[in-house]
Amino acid sequence: MDLDVRWGEVHALLGENGAGKSTLMNVVYGLVHQDSGTIEFDGKPAQVHSPQDAIRLGIGMVHQHFMLIPVLTVAENIVLGREVQNAGVMDLGRAYRTVRELSERYGLQVDPKARVEDLSVGVQQRVEILKALYRGARLLILDEPTAVLTPQEVSGLFQIVRNLTAEGNAVIFITHKLAEVMEIADQITVMRRGKVVATTNPKESKPPDLARMMVGRSVLLRVEKQRAKPGDVLLRVEDLVVMDRRQVAVDHISLEVRAGEILGVAGVEGNGQNELVESIVGLRATRSGHIRLGARDVSRRSTRFRLHSGLGLIPADRHREGIILELPISDNLILNRYDLPPYEWWMVRQFRAIRATAERLIKTFDIRAQSPDQPASSLSGGNQQKLVVARELGTGPKVLVASQPTRGVDVGSIEFIHRQIISQRDAGLGVLLVSSELDEVLALADRVAVMYRGRIVAVLDGEDADRDRIGLLMAGAA
Amino acid sequence: MRERLHVDWLINSIFVPVASVAAGFVVAGLVVAATGADPLLAFTSLFQGAVTNRNAFPETLVSTVPYVFLGLGVALGFRAGLFNIGAEGQFYIGALSGVFIAYSIHGLPAVIEIPLAMVAGMAGGFAWASIAGFLKARFGAHEVITTIMLNYVAFLVANYLVDTPGLMLARDVSTPRTPDVDVNAVLPIIVAGSRLHFGLILALVAVPLVWFLIERTTIGFQLRAVGFNQGAARAAGMSVGRTMVLAMGLSGALAGAAGIVQVLGVSRHMTDTVAAGYGFDAIAIALLARSNPWGVLPAALLFGALHNGASFMQLQTDVSADLISIVQASVIIFIAAPAIVRWIFHLRPEAAGSVQITSREAKTPV
Repeated sequence: MDLDVRWGEVHALLGENGAGKSTLMNVVYGLVHQDSGTIEFDGKPAQVHSPQDAIRLGIGMVHQHFMLIPVLTVAENIVLGREVQNAGVMDLGRAYRTVRELSERYGLQVDPKARVEDLSVGVQQRVEILKALYRGARLLILDEPTAVLTPQEVSGLFQIVRNLTAEGNAVIFITHKLAEVMEIADQITVMRRGKVVATTNPKESKPPDLARMMVGRSVLLRVEKQRAKPGDVLLRVEDLVVMDRRQVAVDHISLEVRAGEILGVAGVEGNGQNELVESIVGLRATRSGHIRLGARDVSRRSTRFRLHSGLGLIPADRHREGIILELPISDNLILNRYDLPPYEWWMVRQFRAIRATAERLIKTFDIRAQSPDQPASSLSGGNQQKLVVARELGTGPKVLVASQPTRGVDVGSIEFIHRQIISQRDAGLGVLLVSSELDEVLALADRVAVMYRGRIVAVLDGEDADRDRIGLLMAGAA
Repeated sequence: MRERLHVDWLINSIFVPVASVAAGFVVAGLVVAATGADPLLAFTSLFQGAVTNRNAFPETLVSTVPYVFLGLGVALGFRAGLFNIGAEGQFYIGALSGVFIAYSIHGLPAVIEIPLAMVAGMAGGFAWASIAGFLKARFGAHEVITTIMLNYVAFLVANYLVDTPGLMLARDVSTPRTPDVDVNAVLPIIVAGSRLHFGLILALVAVPLVWFLIERTTIGFQLRAVGFNQGAARAAGMSVGRTMVLAMGLSGALAGAAGIVQVLGVSRHMTDTVAAGYGFDAIAIALLARSNPWGVLPAALLFGALHNGASFMQLQTDVSADLISIVQASVIIFIAAPAIVRWIFHLRPEAAGSVQITSREAKTPV
């Protein structure tokens, strides 16, 4: 595959998860080695064997997951590994000055003396950008940079990107979001399954064209659904307070989820959504307030009890909480029922029953696997997520708590998972959907609750929820 | 892909351990050569002392028996993600609680006395080890630290009980020890003219039992799930803390079984120094076995042979018996760093999951 990036331009690398965008950029940044082919930088062939080589050339990368040390200050993080020293003593004063200068030059507005752990995610990202610039980056690779930002923070980031290219630097912008590409890119390279399928620009191609190129077929950009017919209240959260590391993470929240409706929780990540989800399923203690499933108060009951009372959970991070990569697909599909008949008999596991259920779920939920015995790690991200969805919906729960249900998943799987959630809703399931992808919340939710700093600041009707208004609410304005 | 998995399994579970042992002997041989002795002669006499001499092989098996139980215990801990360094201490406590029952009861038939003593020994090991499990589950104290510390406590508790008149000290003995166990609690000798006792049969039964527990029961599944991924286990409704206490306890129960079997089969009483480093070898055995119960058997046999052959080698060749520590240590280094073995023998690096995903994805249309 070929890719040309020119100075002074923003080059968007568009493709689904698993299309090879990140792999390609890791090659450029020296983290992964190419099997064949060459890299040229600034007109000369370049040998990039390690990130050190890349940095020497002037290539910088901001990863999806930040690589910062929380307890150090911004300046300390930035000079890390390249400390300015004076007779063996770190010259922090000079580090602060350099960082401040760089920050002002590109309009980054970062306080060099702030501790990273006190900063919002958006600011941390700017620290990462500063780090790359400090090391002399002229070509900046941003890997899915908007995933963790509010709409307002995204515009801030775009302004920074424009400032960078105005000074003659180049930016490679990796993303799977079409709207961002249309707004920021000068050139667009679309990738699918490891190949470049098109090189174009926002003037020539419109979003539906890009979507088709990216997925290889036309895509419904909107989920089709009927209007909800809400029934009884299945999940009731009353005046809930949850702590995280001695700070209030969930601040007197009350909400209700009825049968046959989807309550979406919108908000920038880190505003208490995880803590809310964890306390509802019993993975985190509540400080006060009540959680009721139907008429039963489960606030003090175990996770196991709640799961067996009809609660399903799609956790935000499938590798940490959703599946066990080393275990077979079949074991993962019964992970929450392994100790119940027919999967056990006098504590002896019943593999025939396990296998039968696994085969049924693999078929119903279209998990692309050759055998239920292969380890879950051999599945693609989308299929791993379908596995989690299959397990949680396969038992016929009354309430589903779905946290980031389609994160890091290909478009095909997203459509499939969304359709499953909608059809179960129509069959009477109550869904609490937590997602930092505003589009996902708007597409699925019948009601939208906006979370900011541990509080629900507004509940809007899903049909006429206004994107910009929600954006402002997510940022704490209004 | 399945074939590939199979090949990987063969390499990981069979070839790497065997090659590690071979490499361990090479390293030890080099050390012997460096001291001016003849490594071939040393290893030949080691082999004679462990296998071919009169009564050598039964003696090797006698040493193998506690290693099997201890290795199983540590391996079971590994499967639950717990590093039980305290097998030695659990061995002591198991031996202590078992021997107390075994010398206190009289006049019951062997089929009752032996199981009673065994249960007492295993319960002692279970209780002792679950202290570390509890400390980890409740306070997050790392089991490596707590089990090491509990080892010292166990040694001193054993010393105190065995040395104190009125507690477990036998009357009218020249060196401090407990009274002898009841005649009916002694494990019978199974090879006449040797010290090889019924414990070998118990060890051979324990291997499939532990395998069954880990691979075929819900408890084993819970242990493995917690060992692989605590977050996912918790989110699926398992109690991670309870599982850790249980895993640690079971691990300790097996170490305790080693202790009481050694007492009932070999020493018949307990002195204040009975274990002699068994518990630490157990870690090496579990590593060599790759935490697989079946693998514990050959690994324990190897360590039993080394243990037993070393003194004969020292007598014959003037090479110190401590040489076997060098063999053991280098085996562990090679096992702990399989990349070295792969590099020495030009094996391809471990298959990366992600590579398989992409190649498979490409074939299946979305």
